[in-house]
Amino acid sequence: MSATAHVQGDGHAPDHSKRDFLKLVAASGAAIGVGSLAWPLIDSMNPSGDVLALSSVEFDLAPVPLGQAVTVVWRGKPVFVRHRTPDEIKTAEAVKLSELGDPQLDSDRVKAGHEQWLVVVGICTHLGCVPLGNKSTDPRGDFGGWFCPCHGSQYDVSGRMRHGPAPANLAVPPYAFMSDTRIKIG
Amino acid sequence: MVGLHKSEFKNPVINWVDTRLPLFTMMTKEYGVFPTPKNFNYFWNFGALAMINLMIMIVTGIFLAMNYNASTAGAFDSVERIVRDVNYGWLLRYVHANGASMFFIVVYIHMFRGLYYGSYKKPRELLWMIGVVILLLMMATAFMGYVLPWGQMSYWGATVITNLFSAIPVVGDYIVTLLWGGFSVDNPTLNRFFSLHYLMPFVITGVVFLHVVALHITGSNNPLGIEPKSSQDTLPFHPYYTIKDSVGMCVYLMVFAALVFFAPDYLGHADNYTPANPLVTPAHIVPEWYFLPFYAILRSVPSKLGGVIMMFGSIAILFVLPWLDTSPVRSAKFRPIYRQLLYVFVVVCITLGVAGGKPPEGIWVVIGRVCTAYYFLHFLVILPLLGKLEKPLPLPESIANPVLTPIGGGPLPGGAMAKPMEKM
Repeated sequence: MSATAHVQGDGHAPDHSKRDFLKLVAASGAAIGVGSLAWPLIDSMNPSGDVLALSSVEFDLAPVPLGQAVTVVWRGKPVFVRHRTPDEIKTAEAVKLSELGDPQLDSDRVKAGHEQWLVVVGICTHLGCVPLGNKSTDPRGDFGGWFCPCHGSQYDVSGRMRHGPAPANLAVPPYAFMSDTRIKIG
Repeated sequence: MVGLHKSEFKNPVINWVDTRLPLFTMMTKEYGVFPTPKNFNYFWNFGALAMINLMIMIVTGIFLAMNYNASTAGAFDSVERIVRDVNYGWLLRYVHANGASMFFIVVYIHMFRGLYYGSYKKPRELLWMIGVVILLLMMATAFMGYVLPWGQMSYWGATVITNLFSAIPVVGDYIVTLLWGGFSVDNPTLNRFFSLHYLMPFVITGVVFLHVVALHITGSNNPLGIEPKSSQDTLPFHPYYTIKDSVGMCVYLMVFAALVFFAPDYLGHADNYTPANPLVTPAHIVPEWYFLPFYAILRSVPSKLGGVIMMFGSIAILFVLPWLDTSPVRSAKFRPIYRQLLYVFVVVCITLGVAGGKPPEGIWVVIGRVCTAYYFLHFLVILPLLGKLEKPLPLPESIANPVLTPIGGGPLPGGAMAKPMEKM
């Protein structure tokens, strides 16, 4: 450092690498500063404490009649809880993986020992409409599950996509059985 | 004027844009090589600081508005939710609230700079007047912003200030009803205040743009108050004043941060953490500190209309200041008597501020009245007369030669000459 100062003192060409270094340090310091100022602004748009506090719901299964589904609101979204008949369970389990667009076993989509209960997020994986099929009088499509009225996607009784344009199965939210007739979603 | 701009930028993309829309040329001309008097002191930081402060207020305000609920039922709770539940909401709110105070601190110092160095004098009269417009817009914005948390001070501040307009003869009551959108400060009032509070900063930004354009026509004033005569008297804005402004900005941010992190409620009022109650007025209501001198003037006049006229007049008088001050010398550095009297004026303004914060009784009423009288005396009597009576000190011949040449014009001492400047 003393050498470069010496050169400059003599009126020779200034040491550009030193100038570049100083500019880089100044610019990166400013970038870090702006970034750390921007983060609180951006993070303020993330879910706030009171929103996160509402991110789980409990639900009593007892009133749901066999063969029907009800809608539970979880994080502002509909969650379908379907009470499946033994026939429906058999059909769902019999489907070969090769027939599926988004291959997944029925046993991976329900809790062992509670196969009659299917819990899925009731939002079509295509563009976010709510599919029909909770009531036995609703159109349920060719596979007996759900039919999305927006663009014709069809789901089976395991909530798996069977007919496009939806790209994936209905999502299974995190949930747990608190007792045989009570679940906690989220 | 029609035709492509001949851009001097080497980078082909920049050149392509600049040829069609010469923004890069403009930025270089106005903020890069812009010739700026070389003798600025740190008082000349405050314009840039005010600009930064405005941007901080707009940015934090936009994010606060995402979580604010402009209704009498939800406003207070939504502000509490911002502080307690929204990520970094406490930071956004206190930066915004204290940012208003910082804005007035910065702008009042900026105005003092103008008064001390005569920056309002020919040819910068319009520049100064645009500045007074910005001050008025800021005051309106700050007032409406203070109403939004819908605490007791918000509510009663809104009631008192809107009632000022009822002093207008004949149409006063109709105007107040119009402002309220009802028969008291209520939900419609809060809604429109939020709408206008969001609008005004962008109006201010527009007027600030005019302020800067006018500044770049006349060029900046400087501590000596004499016009630059040659390139020896000026420096390019960048890097000299970008760096000097950055130093000031660091100090400003430190003060700002100290307020936000260590005394976020110091400049506020505890009463504003009580939700608005239209049936009970707090025992002692005062505006925010930056309005106190004007509030003191309002209370000093024992007449409703008179007080309102004097209060608005105390700001309106700034519009005609360039013509009230008859002295051709700008800088107080060369006006020994004006300099003393300006300090007296500053003390009077601060005393008005203190008086405005006290209950209007006893000695404070007298002090308020004396100071109010002096405030107007300064502008209406002292400044016009002083320009004629005061004998200013001799002015230096240029900024580059601030040391006066002895009569007869001997050679200057070497140190006073700025030789290295020839590089430019």
